[in-house]
Amino acid sequence: MKNDNTEHMQAQINEAIASKQALVIRGGRSKDFLGRKVGCTHLNTLEHKGVTNYEPGELILTARSGTPLKEIKKLLAEQGQMLAFEPPAFGNKATLGGTIACGLSGPRRPYAGSARDFVLGTKIINGKGEILRFGGEVMKNVAGYDVSRLMTGAYGTLGLLLEISLKVMPSPEQQTTLVFEHNAEEAIQRINQLASQPVPISGACHLNDKLYLRLSGLTVSVNAACKELGGETLANAEIFWEQLREQQLPEFKTDKSFWRISVPPTTAPLSLSGETIIDWGGGLRWLASNEPQQSIHNTAKKAGGHATLFRNHDGFGEVFQPLNPAIKELHNKLKHAFDPHGILNPGRMYLDI
Amino acid sequence: MSQPSHTQSDAILEKRRQIVTELGNKLPKDCLLHNPEDLAPYECDGLSIYQSTPLAVALPYTVAQAQQVVRYCYQNQIPIVPRGAGTGLSGGALPHEEGILLSLARLNTILDLDTQARTCRVQPGVRNLAISEAARPYGLYYAPDPSSQIACSIGGNIAENAGGVHCLKYGLTVHNVFEVTILTAEGELMTLGSEALDSAGYDLLALIIGSEGLLGIVVDIVVKLLPTPQEAIVILAAFHTIKEAGDAVGQIIGAGIIPAGIEMMDKLSIQATEDFVHAGYPLDAAAILLCELDGIETEINETTARVNEVMLKAGAYQVRDSENDQQRELFWAGRKAAFPAVGRISPDYYCMDGTIPRKELANVLTKIGERADLHGLRVANVFHAGDGNLHPLILFDANKEGDLDRAHLLGNDILELSIAVGGTITGEHGVGIEKLGGMCSQFNEQELTQYHAIKAAFDDTGILNPGKAIPTLRRCAEFGHMHVHEGKLPFPDLPRF
Repeated sequence: MKNDNTEHMQAQINEAIASKQALVIRGGRSKDFLGRKVGCTHLNTLEHKGVTNYEPGELILTARSGTPLKEIKKLLAEQGQMLAFEPPAFGNKATLGGTIACGLSGPRRPYAGSARDFVLGTKIINGKGEILRFGGEVMKNVAGYDVSRLMTGAYGTLGLLLEISLKVMPSPEQQTTLVFEHNAEEAIQRINQLASQPVPISGACHLNDKLYLRLSGLTVSVNAACKELGGETLANAEIFWEQLREQQLPEFKTDKSFWRISVPPTTAPLSLSGETIIDWGGGLRWLASNEPQQSIHNTAKKAGGHATLFRNHDGFGEVFQPLNPAIKELHNKLKHAFDPHGILNPGRMYLDI
Repeated sequence: MSQPSHTQSDAILEKRRQIVTELGNKLPKDCLLHNPEDLAPYECDGLSIYQSTPLAVALPYTVAQAQQVVRYCYQNQIPIVPRGAGTGLSGGALPHEEGILLSLARLNTILDLDTQARTCRVQPGVRNLAISEAARPYGLYYAPDPSSQIACSIGGNIAENAGGVHCLKYGLTVHNVFEVTILTAEGELMTLGSEALDSAGYDLLALIIGSEGLLGIVVDIVVKLLPTPQEAIVILAAFHTIKEAGDAVGQIIGAGIIPAGIEMMDKLSIQATEDFVHAGYPLDAAAILLCELDGIETEINETTARVNEVMLKAGAYQVRDSENDQQRELFWAGRKAAFPAVGRISPDYYCMDGTIPRKELANVLTKIGERADLHGLRVANVFHAGDGNLHPLILFDANKEGDLDRAHLLGNDILELSIAVGGTITGEHGVGIEKLGGMCSQFNEQELTQYHAIKAAFDDTGILNPGKAIPTLRRCAEFGHMHVHEGKLPFPDLPRF
């Protein structure tokens, strides 16, 4: 079948099992920089592409993993819909498979939900070369364990994604961004206060002593909230949020180690040296810093969160927050349950999974 | 299906004596029930057609006591069946005859409510509605609202990934939980998820939610609270055909409106509930839709106008907006009373729980009607229309020879039908003991094997809720269920009894 490359990829996995040669799963290579560096035999998903089902009235879209993300976004936009987790693409070539495998979500995440929240079903090839289907194209489904959500953010270490079914959402009628002068501490407090009120927030970030608050919804609701909140209206706001999501704002430029620190949203500014951009209404701290890895992991852990060395690293050391031993053991067992020969992206997340 | 056994084997009695002595020593006196009259209330959950007596019921007051129970069971390889409020509808908490039923009902404390972070830390036995009641003074609430929310516990909600009428807009349990702490099969405490918006490593939190107590026993939970919507309205629309009503739902959503809830009832449900609660439903309708909209006043005014327009355009012959909170509640009262109302027109009913793509609704309901006629039974349908979750209620009389069997056969037909149109055998009630046969149809051997491998990663000796949720391959072979391949039944036009 045209654009269905399942057979070829399954054969490649079977070959890898036979030759005990690990595979590096690759789509558009937009997120090569993420995670640890792994082997050199590539399995390419780009030929496995296409939206196989889209039902706007049912809020469901299914596409093959190699489908370009921008193609999906365009198709949705034509129907006034969107991916509500606002995934960062990090380049023009991002695929849906890579987006879900990395499980990254954009500024709308705290208010709309994360990548895994919108995943309804997947078809995968596990490390035994078996084609398996979990979940489906329906919103509610409690038959069997939720393997589809487990696949989200597993960096391809548990299975090769073939198809992904997503819940999609209507795009808001109106979006307005308000800007307030606040230091980081005040901004975190204010965002959390507002989030406990029925205000249509769809994004809240802080940089350069300014709080940016995006409101989305019906025009009447957004206008009512703007009137109540005051602040300056940001011109060209759409570009601002896109550049924030894609890390293209000048504030993201750095030669220092660049960290993604996920913490409970009410956490006060972290006592780490460097420059911080706050996103996710306080839940995400992007940090450019020369502090040692250990102290960043410790600080994140102490705050009840975790840190990822996101950019500017060689890919050979630990990148993700170390797991506690019991959880790590469970990861090893799950890896073995899906990929007993250890051929799918081994080492991409942690050295031995 | 097993009945409470009156001639219990000596081996079972001996095992019970041993447990009472050994485990009884580790727990306060009233934490271990073993007399037949004390065990009787625990013989079934909300699906009472399945009953079984456990060796003992453990009712710990503390997490440490629950841990003692699990450790003891692990050391002695005794099956554990966890139970919350016992309201589950798939027999997930059906006791194991050679096991201990672990009730979490006494772990019922709300530990912390953080209004700034909009989170609430609770023990598993806390009732779903109690969380929203505790949060109400702060203008917050816990969104998932299964219809049993007055009684069901949050621990059980996590085991089943419970939904409710508002989940199209506000999500299921999995979307509203930050963190859980489980007791592993070995009796160790393990925290999955966190109060941050994600965690390092695999998403084990998503995996544990909806796992029906097979992977761990939840003893501590942090849920997400949302700001309470300021206003709400319910629109009641009546249609002459099911198809028009189904299409109207797609058109509302297609117009960019996500209702807080959108429910459908068919003719038999409407008649049964109208006789019962007098909600003012039109008795001549083939289907009604109840559409709830929430938000600030100006927003509601605008969406109400739009929804009215779409409903009329889609063929509604009557559209009424609730004029005040009292009328809104009355409109809902009928829907909420649908199950007991059906209970009034039939001695027994059997509630199904398939999810289907909404575009298949008219087709599926027609086929359900045809199958029901073949079995000589009636079916009333209520439908979480926004998310495709269909609850056909099969009416039968258990005292009538063969009726229960016919209800089961019809139920199986309905499950197969759900799978055949690309849906699932259970949207929110879980597989439990009830739908193991359906699992053999929905999943192939390799998929089931993968599920068993996941189970083994958490519980390699299989002591947690054994025999539930995921059927063994042998059981599927014995059932002789056919796997529906790519949504196509072999010989789709053959009547199947």
